[in-house]
Amino acid sequence: MAFPTEDGLVQATDDVSFHVDLGETLAIVGESGSGKSVSSMAIMGLHNPKTAKISGQVLITSMGSTTDVVSASSETVRKLRGGTVSMIFQDPMSALHPYFTIGNQVSEAWLLHNDGTKEDARKKSIEMLDLVGISDAKNRFDSYPHQFSGGMRQRVMIAMALVNHPKILIADEPTTALDVTVQAQILKLLKDMQKEFNMAVILITHDMGVVAEVADRINVMYAGRLVEEGQVDEIYKNPVHPYTIGLLQSVPRVDQIRGTRLKAIPGQPPSLISLPGGCAFEPRCEFAKYVPDNRCKSTRPEVEIKLAGHQARCHLSAQEVRSHL
Amino acid sequence: MLKYISKRVIYAFVMLFVLSIVVYLIFGLVPIDPAQLSCGTHCNPVVVEANRHRLGLDIPLWHQWWNFIMGLFQGRTYGEGAAIIHCPAPAFGYSFPNNACVSEVMAGAFPFTFTLAVGAFILWMAVGISFGILAARKKGTYIDRLSTAFVLIGSSLPIFILGLLIYITAFLLHMIDPIVQGTWVSPLTDPIGFFKNFIFAWITLALAYAAIYTRLTRSNVIETSSEDYIRTARAKGVSERDVLYRHNLRTALAPLITNAGLDFGGLLGGAIITERVFQLPGLGYMSIKAVLRDYDLPLIMGTTLLAAAFFIFFNLIVDIAYAYLDPRVRIN
Repeated sequence: MAFPTEDGLVQATDDVSFHVDLGETLAIVGESGSGKSVSSMAIMGLHNPKTAKISGQVLITSMGSTTDVVSASSETVRKLRGGTVSMIFQDPMSALHPYFTIGNQVSEAWLLHNDGTKEDARKKSIEMLDLVGISDAKNRFDSYPHQFSGGMRQRVMIAMALVNHPKILIADEPTTALDVTVQAQILKLLKDMQKEFNMAVILITHDMGVVAEVADRINVMYAGRLVEEGQVDEIYKNPVHPYTIGLLQSVPRVDQIRGTRLKAIPGQPPSLISLPGGCAFEPRCEFAKYVPDNRCKSTRPEVEIKLAGHQARCHLSAQEVRSHL
Repeated sequence: MLKYISKRVIYAFVMLFVLSIVVYLIFGLVPIDPAQLSCGTHCNPVVVEANRHRLGLDIPLWHQWWNFIMGLFQGRTYGEGAAIIHCPAPAFGYSFPNNACVSEVMAGAFPFTFTLAVGAFILWMAVGISFGILAARKKGTYIDRLSTAFVLIGSSLPIFILGLLIYITAFLLHMIDPIVQGTWVSPLTDPIGFFKNFIFAWITLALAYAAIYTRLTRSNVIETSSEDYIRTARAKGVSERDVLYRHNLRTALAPLITNAGLDFGGLLGGAIITERVFQLPGLGYMSIKAVLRDYDLPLIMGTTLLAAAFFIFFNLIVDIAYAYLDPRVRIN
C-alpha cells in the first residue's frame, strides 16, 4: 500500500503477507508508522481509493466463497464490512456518534446486514449489549454515548461490531485509551466473544503485554514490512529478528534484576518515502556488523524459516543471532 | 429538558427588561426634544411645554419608562378633550411625522420585512447548504474552486453594490418597474406581482448570506468527515450516501442553526440597505427614515426594541433547537 504525497511516494506497507484462521488470534505488533493500522484499513477496504494506491490481494473466505477486497466492487466490500469483517477502534470516546443513542447505533449495524424490523433490531441489540456486559441493557438502550464511561463505550463498540456475528474481528489498539483495570476486562471480553462466535481476531497493538495475554500468533512489523512471525511463546522465547529482540528488551519484566536499566532501540524509524535498498532496520541494528560483505546495506532480506513455525526477514540465522546476544 | 427551556425563557425576559431600560435611557439622554419637534412652525415656549405634558415627557425619566412599559401592556392615551389620541396595546408611543401610533406604523412595515426575511432565508439556506455539501464532496476539484470563488465574491461584495447591480440589471431587462415597486401586493390576489416585488431583493440578500453558509457548510462537513465516528459508520457497512446524510450532516449542520437563527432574527428587525435599494417600506426603511429625516424618537425606539426582541427570541429558539439536536446539551 502506498500514498502519493507532495514529497514522494510513501510506501506504507510493502510485501506484507499473512493469514488468520477462525478461532485464532493474530497480533500485529509494531511502532507507530510501521504499517499495522494501514494494513487493517486495507482489509476493511476503508482506505480512500483516491489517496491510497494498493496492489495485491485481501482474500476473505466465508460460507465457501472467497472475495478479494482489493478488486471487489465497493458495494460488495460495503456488505462485507460490519457483516463478515468487523472492526473496533482505539478511542471509544470519539468512535461513537455523539448524537445517536447507543441502541440506535448498534441496531443500525444489524439492520444494515439483516432483513428485519426495527423491533427485531432492538431485540438483537439488547441481547448483544447484554452479552458484552452492559448491565440493564434494556434501559441503557436509549442512552447516549456521553452517559457511559470509556470501558462501557468500548463494550458498546464491541457489541456493535459483533451484532452480525462476523468471522473476522479487527481490533485496532482496543485497550490503549483505557485504564489498566478496564484493559484487562476488555481483553477478557474479547477472548470470551471469540470463543462464543469462533472468530478470527486480528489484534493490532504496540503493547507486548497485551499480546502475551491474548494472541496465538504474532506478526512483527517494521517500516511497512513483516520482519518476524510465529507462535506467541516461540517468539517470546526465541526472538530471531534483531528488531523483535529490541522490542522485547524494552519491556520491563517481573523477573528482571532490580536496578537494571531497560534497553531502548537506538535511532529513529526510517522515512517511508525513500527506504534504503537493503534491510530497513540496518541503520539501528546491532547485529548488522556480524553480516559479511555489508549485505544488510545492499540486499533486502527475504522471509525465511528460521525455526519451526517461525519466520523472519534477516540475513542471520537463529543460531548466529543467539551467539551474539 | 423542560428545566433547560424554562431557564432560557426566563433569561430572555430578563434580557428584554434590561434592554428596555438601556434603550429608554439612551433616548432620554439624546439632545433631541420631541416636544420641540412636535410643535411645528408657530412655536412658543407655552406650546412646547403643553406638548411636553401631552407627550408625558414632563415627569422623571424612570416614571416615563414605567409609563412606557405599562403602555406596552395596556395601551396609552395622550392629551385630553378634543385632541385626545389613543394608542391601543402594545403602545410604543406616537409618531408625529407619520401621524399614527408607532405600533401601527410598524405593523404596516412589518409584512415587507417579514416577507423579505423569510424568502431570502429559504433561498440562502437552500443554496448555501447544497453548495457547501457539494464543495465538500468534490473537495479539490474545479467545483470546489468554483464554490470558493462564489464565497469570495458573495462575502466581499458590499450589499449596496450587489443590490444596485441587481436592481439596475433587472431594470434594464424591464423586470422591475420603479413606479409600482414597493407597493404591497397580496400574494393571494396577485402572486406574480407579489414575487416581482420581492424576488430581486431576495436574491440580493440571499447571495450575500449564501456565501457565508457555503463556506460554513463546506468546512463543517470536511471537518466532521475526519471524525472517528464517521470511520465507525463506514466500518459497520453504512453506504457513502448515508455516511454523509445521516452521520455527517447531523453534526456538521448543527452549528449552522446558531448562525441561521441569529441571522434570521436580525433580518426581522429590518434589512436597511436592501429595503432602501428595492424601495420596500419595511422596518429597516422606516427606521432609517426616522433617524435621518424625521428625528422620530418614538419610532426609532419602537423599531430598536422590536429588532432586539426578535434577536432575543431567535436566540431562544436556537438554544432550544440545539438542545433538541445535541443530546449532550439536553441532558446537562
